[in-house]
Amino acid sequence: MKVFITSMLNIDLDSERWECASCGHDIGDARHNYKEGLLARERDPSEIHAPILDAAKYDFTFAPDPDWCRIVEYCCPNCGRLAEVEYLPPGHPPAHDIELDIDALKAQWAKREALDKPVLGPDFVAPPHHH
Amino acid sequence: MGDDMDIGGAASSAVESFLKETSLYLAPDPEIMENHGLEPRTAYEDQCIAKESDPVRLEIVRERILAGVNESFEMLENMGAAPGAKWGDCVSAVYTASGDLSLASSGGVVIFCNLVQYPIKFVNKYWAGEPTVGIKEGDVFIVNDARYGQAHNTDQSMMMPVFHEGQIVAWAGATVHEGENGAIEPGGMPSLAEQIWDEGLKMSPFKVAENYKLRRDLVTFLQNSVREPKLQYADMKVKMYVCRRIETRIHEAIAEYGVEAVVAALRMNLEDTDAEVRRRLSEWPDGTTRHSWWTDGTLRENVQIKINLELTKKGDELTFDYRGSSPEFTNRSNNSLDITVKGMLAQLFLTFIWPDIPRNQGVLAPVKFIFDTPSVLKPAFGTPNAQSMMTVFTAWSAGQVCAMKLLYSNPHKYTRVLAPWFNMINTFLFGGLTQHGEMVGNVCADINGMGGGALADRDGEHGCAPIFATMSDIGEQEFIEEEMPFIQIVSKKMMKDNQGFGCQRGGMGYQMVLAMRDSPAFGFMLTAMGAKFPNIPGLFGGYGCPTYPLSRISGVDVFDILQKDPGSFRYSIEELMNERPFKDGKYTTHPMTIGYTLAKRGELYMISQGTGGGFGDPLDRDPKDVIRDLDEDLISHDVAWRIYRVVYNRETLHVDELATEEARNAARRARIAASKPFGEFCKEWVKDKPSGKVPYYGSWADKSLVHAGSPDVVHPAGQVNPPVIMTHPMQAKIDRLEAELAACREGKS
Ligand SMILES: [Zn+2]
Repeated sequence: MKVFITSMLNIDLDSERWECASCGHDIGDARHNYKEGLLARERDPSEIHAPILDAAKYDFTFAPDPDWCRIVEYCCPNCGRLAEVEYLPPGHPPAHDIELDIDALKAQWAKREALDKPVLGPDFVAPPHHH
Repeated sequence: MGDDMDIGGAASSAVESFLKETSLYLAPDPEIMENHGLEPRTAYEDQCIAKESDPVRLEIVRERILAGVNESFEMLENMGAAPGAKWGDCVSAVYTASGDLSLASSGGVVIFCNLVQYPIKFVNKYWAGEPTVGIKEGDVFIVNDARYGQAHNTDQSMMMPVFHEGQIVAWAGATVHEGENGAIEPGGMPSLAEQIWDEGLKMSPFKVAENYKLRRDLVTFLQNSVREPKLQYADMKVKMYVCRRIETRIHEAIAEYGVEAVVAALRMNLEDTDAEVRRRLSEWPDGTTRHSWWTDGTLRENVQIKINLELTKKGDELTFDYRGSSPEFTNRSNNSLDITVKGMLAQLFLTFIWPDIPRNQGVLAPVKFIFDTPSVLKPAFGTPNAQSMMTVFTAWSAGQVCAMKLLYSNPHKYTRVLAPWFNMINTFLFGGLTQHGEMVGNVCADINGMGGGALADRDGEHGCAPIFATMSDIGEQEFIEEEMPFIQIVSKKMMKDNQGFGCQRGGMGYQMVLAMRDSPAFGFMLTAMGAKFPNIPGLFGGYGCPTYPLSRISGVDVFDILQKDPGSFRYSIEELMNERPFKDGKYTTHPMTIGYTLAKRGELYMISQGTGGGFGDPLDRDPKDVIRDLDEDLISHDVAWRIYRVVYNRETLHVDELATEEARNAARRARIAASKPFGEFCKEWVKDKPSGKVPYYGSWADKSLVHAGSPDVVHPAGQVNPPVIMTHPMQAKIDRLEAELAACREGKS
């Protein structure tokens, strides 16, 4: 049975493996950090958030300062899709951001029906405006 | 349940009453302030529930009282004089006799839901039996000091006991973000506060009305302490009559259904909410999600401040563990009280996760919190907190990310998983003399224009609502200009490329180009983080927001220019700053953190609201959506190619689907080629401490150790000694210049 943990990562409960939700590539032991099965690279933040104001003229340009912030991208080694993007100070250890209790997850889903796609739920509607 | 895990043992009641009688000063009571959960059922509540327990009947009573609360909220919003009241930054509510918030108005700011309980509990505990105070029918109490229980000191709450046959059966309360409170800077949220005494009014809960009449001597004292005396009086009257309306509606409900039904409905509403939240939490997977984020300043200087969160869900309980976050800043105002963090998180659940749950404090009963004490999220008693939003919003967004990572897999959701909402107050605070000769100090409603986060299946909404008040409005600019001596020459115009990129993109933020016009003395201040390090990330492969500066053009009078040479004006920050159309202008950029500064007529101040985070890989975005954004001038050709890799005809905007697919496949292959297996990447990337290029506060790899500005010195978390004391920025500048001067002189001799 597959559980859709994020829009890019499933856990196969039978094999206890992470897999790419896009191409099905095996990403590793579900009891470990999924990032161990992904590829990672560091980006200068201005490669993504490019300066809107002329960087030759101004100190602050809408682009993050690379001394303060780098962007680490994680992609599937097979299909190259991004599974996670992390904003970190240079050199800061990446987070083990999702650590699930796999035994509890199996027990929980033993009582549930398998899904063929993630459930979105009712749309998010901000309450009506007042003024 | 609901107690903090770091709470100490309770004192015995004899010791307690001795202390109560001999205390020279009744500071906020840790026993009250450390417990965000529900009070135990009283014997009277037990009796009432024994008599009235039919859920259908209790629901009818509940709806009846809620209708009264909603009516009172309409009054508050329509009659309130503060800009905050006009735009919905207020709430009214009914509390149990013990002080738990049971029913908040359907409109209004839910963060208050978990906060006004504390001052009511203080009044119950200290003033009920105090012969010089007491609690009688017709009394009204007031509070604004956040340490006794408010979101921040700029809010003021009034609280009225509701009696039935000589006994308190409920409390009514009304809260408004009033703005002005007599602090060192106008507007109620002073960045310059170095001590709590710079923060303005420090109202501990006290009685301000008797027999439903405000005491004029006390009102005058409060008016005399703030910059907007008329506002202070007007809104005290409004809040008192709002409480009175709630009282009337409760009395009517008692007359119709009996007091037992009313008391049982208020109590069961809390217990049922607690039970339902536990049931819903049981549906989440057990496990831990982690998220760290960094703010980039104290509002006085740019430094890197870590907010560290580990969210653990087990069974039907949830624990927010914020240990490892930055130490407190003992002479800065960007520290947040822990109760403010809790109040904000209550509204994460009530608005963004379970919007159908009754709005009361039962929602946090199954939730625990762990903080280092003291730290930037739980400062010591004497540490300023006037600008708590600078850290509490980041703490909230960390909670949003961690919760979404536990929510996505749930087969039953109550609303959708959402990428982070923009979270910073990219707006102007203002103060001074208006064109009508009145003294004012407050905040522009553009605070409410934060961009919404993207969802799995659609883009976020532009300029939508603030994270703390999803129903708040950005107001009518023309209306504001009638009252205030400044004009937004460019207003509510989306800022191109200011986008949280993703398969679904975040809702974008608009630009504000503003100039002061008709006042002898009027100024602005800005209090927003995020000029160096962005404020929010994206979700599941989406990107976050960019960074946001303040741009200024000084040495010009734009009103003269618009009259003499209107064609030279440009209607975006990008064009005004990059093209520099006014030859005498001085063009500068700054972090969005200037202290109160007097403005000159016609100088331009320019900022942008922020974008919500993107959801999913941008290379998966439907090319049609990219073209729509291009067509609407939301993105540039550069972004359409560099981020989204769409191939199209620049004149017709016709997409070449095959070429787009090829370009995207090539980009994915390039990504793989440029990346490394995680282990190998970490060997190169991970350093054992911060770089030292930027002053760093908070933990690095080990959350039990925190840095206090330097990469080489660490302290056990919560035991930073000496404490963090920042140098006055002006002094820092003088020191730097003197060192330079000394070096120059040495060079000469
Ligand atoms: Zn894949």
